[in-house]
Amino acid sequence: MSKRGIVLYLHVHQPYRLRNYSVFDTAINHDYFDDDKNEQVFRKVADKSYRPMNAMLAKLLDKHPDFKLSLSITGTFIEQAQMWAPDVIDGFKKLVDTGRVEIISETYYHSLAFFYNKAEFEHQVKIHKDKIRELFGVETSVFRNTELSYNDEMAKWAENYGFKGILAEGWDPILQWRSPNMMYRPAGTKNISLLLKNYKLSDDVAFRFSDKDWASWPLSADNYNEWVNMAADNNSIVNLFMDYETFGEHQWHDTGIFDFYETFVGKWLDGENNTFYTVSGAIDEFEPVSEISMPYTVTWADTERDLTAWTGNSMQQEALHYIYALQDDILRTGDEKLIDDWRKLQTSDNFYYICTKWFADGDVHAYFSPYDSPYDAFLYYLNVVRDLRYRLHHDHHTGGLNG
Amino acid sequence: MLGWELPPHNSGGLGVACYHMSKALSLSGAKIDFVVPYTAKHPGIDFMTIHGATKILPENRYMLGAYDIYNDKTQKSADGLSSMRGVQLQYIKFVEKLIKKVKPDVIHCHDWLTMEAGVRAKQVTGCPLVVHVHATEFDRSGRNNGNQLVHDIEYNGLMMADRIIAVSGITKNIIMDKYSIPSNKIEVVHNAIDAGDLDDGYQYDNRTYAYLEALKDEGFTIVSTITRFTIQKGLFHFIRAAARASEKYDKLVFLLAGDGEQRDELIKLAADLGISDKVFFTGFVRGKQWRDAYSVSDIFVMSSVSEPFGLTALEAAHHDNALIITRQSGVGEVLNNIFRYDFWQEDVLADQMIGIATSTALRKSLTENVKKEYTRISWSDAAKSCLAIYNTAKRSLAV
Repeated sequence: MSKRGIVLYLHVHQPYRLRNYSVFDTAINHDYFDDDKNEQVFRKVADKSYRPMNAMLAKLLDKHPDFKLSLSITGTFIEQAQMWAPDVIDGFKKLVDTGRVEIISETYYHSLAFFYNKAEFEHQVKIHKDKIRELFGVETSVFRNTELSYNDEMAKWAENYGFKGILAEGWDPILQWRSPNMMYRPAGTKNISLLLKNYKLSDDVAFRFSDKDWASWPLSADNYNEWVNMAADNNSIVNLFMDYETFGEHQWHDTGIFDFYETFVGKWLDGENNTFYTVSGAIDEFEPVSEISMPYTVTWADTERDLTAWTGNSMQQEALHYIYALQDDILRTGDEKLIDDWRKLQTSDNFYYICTKWFADGDVHAYFSPYDSPYDAFLYYLNVVRDLRYRLHHDHHTGGLNG
Repeated sequence: MLGWELPPHNSGGLGVACYHMSKALSLSGAKIDFVVPYTAKHPGIDFMTIHGATKILPENRYMLGAYDIYNDKTQKSADGLSSMRGVQLQYIKFVEKLIKKVKPDVIHCHDWLTMEAGVRAKQVTGCPLVVHVHATEFDRSGRNNGNQLVHDIEYNGLMMADRIIAVSGITKNIIMDKYSIPSNKIEVVHNAIDAGDLDDGYQYDNRTYAYLEALKDEGFTIVSTITRFTIQKGLFHFIRAAARASEKYDKLVFLLAGDGEQRDELIKLAADLGISDKVFFTGFVRGKQWRDAYSVSDIFVMSSVSEPFGLTALEAAHHDNALIITRQSGVGEVLNNIFRYDFWQEDVLADQMIGIATSTALRKSLTENVKKEYTRISWSDAAKSCLAIYNTAKRSLAV
């Protein structure tokens, strides 16, 4: 009989935000990214989240031999950390060096390339793998896609690529009577396991922890430990997946999130037969109980659990279409700077900033973005795409200026 | 209610706002006596009693416009102001007599033109005075000082008011900053639009602006503004932005519908910038020509330096325009699905115009989403807020 375990997985990411790039920059300036803003945000989040959380995780790993976790760290995060807060990378290295922190595979650029261009997608997975190997000296063996987006086709791709596990949202309409606290097998695969996020227990911490209107506020480590113990039947896992920035950035230090989590980990491990697993550890320990099929893409976002926040409106679709239409011309140039710019523009955050659903609902406060409005975000993106076309045309005599 | 104009005898948005507010108030049960400074028929207004304070005909009125600026430096304007003062004095006398007959519960006056009459009516009757600010002298003079006499009348009216209604947060801030009125005396009631009123069987006639339609067929985008050509409206910035945009994209044309003291200078500026053939001046438009100007247009720009509200933006939204509005315009407070810029940011405006003109998705998203948004704004909600303010005013006076 295996021990019941929490599979804690934290996602670490920062995008390169575009500056207010105007039509008067197009064909003149090719610096698209707001270095000042990106640095400023990075330094702020490093102070509020990356440094204190890394310290707390190191402490927990030191104190509890059974404490384990998994991380996914995007390439765009790593690059910015190396520029502005290299000690944060050292912090992650220390965690990984314990042997109890697993790094999960994903696209280097935190992109939606899987849905638009498979060759580009595979390339981004590969360079991410290479980067993780180079930096941390470890191999990744479990995959998650941007925004935890998942479908059957992706599971098959991951199996063929050689991954032994893949992560997805444990969304009720798909699960129906089934529990997310079991290991599953993606439909149509033989050698890959599927871990499903327990979104209720994950979101209690990630979203509701400091919500004073929430009936369970303030949440104590005792109460939360009781809930997790109830969810974890014998011989099962509880998959707690969330943004790393939950700790200190989404939930500020003064909400008590750090103390809460530290206490909770201790209490959980005090329980008889309780442990933590990394994603690979859980896959090794538990055989899938049955197959699950998700023919349509499911994500961990919004109440719809789909990609509409990234691809739902015509501006987003136009932006995605423009950027992926450039692929062949861009890659053929061999111009590394141009290719790198093009890839940074694939980061999903760029499309998220163009989402209008909150504006249309009048819920403007839900719009998290460096820009005033989704229309501004799209305008700057459009001007940048035109500059990419200009560079292709002018520097490489390829492509048309009209897309 | 003390006002200066009502449709069809209005020279701008003040009359329109007074008309709709009165109508919505009367539908909510208010009985209104509305005083105007002229004598004329108001077809279609049967929901309140209109009183003409003088025998002047609206078409003969000299310098009676609600928006004219009085600059002491020119003899003509000085004459204008003195005749305006004459009309105002007659107006006050008329109101003094009228209130003895109609015995109001609340006196509601609109802008500086009728503030003195409002203050006098308060003194005579002891009724609470609600001063409704659609624009201040500070707005009309394009954030300059304007006329001191008008300022003084405004200051006195605002001081004497029991409650003040500002048409936007921007206006409320001006009343606080420039007239030192405390925040808790002022409430914001945004103007509104009743989409139903614009669905009056109007059909676009594409022959009205046939040349512009021909340009559209050739792929041009029509950028319009429909306004008075005064310093308040920031049109020099608009023309310079038009020129900047034309440097980068040559399929834009600009429709300036309206008239005003700056017209000749604007024509000259367009010529100096070499874009005369891209800028169309229609002169003052009304009725069908006015509606058709919105209809022919793809992008509507409100370039105002200081715009208390800006109803024309909502009218433009109704006619499927994408909106670009300065951050200094109050209407921006009730809309999200628009582009915003500061009135002096000519390159930003140029960028936004080109962006909309060159992306179908952007243009469609803006027009469709703002249309959903403005239909949620109603005069009946504005009237409810107004009635609540009447009650507060009555209570505060009773104490």
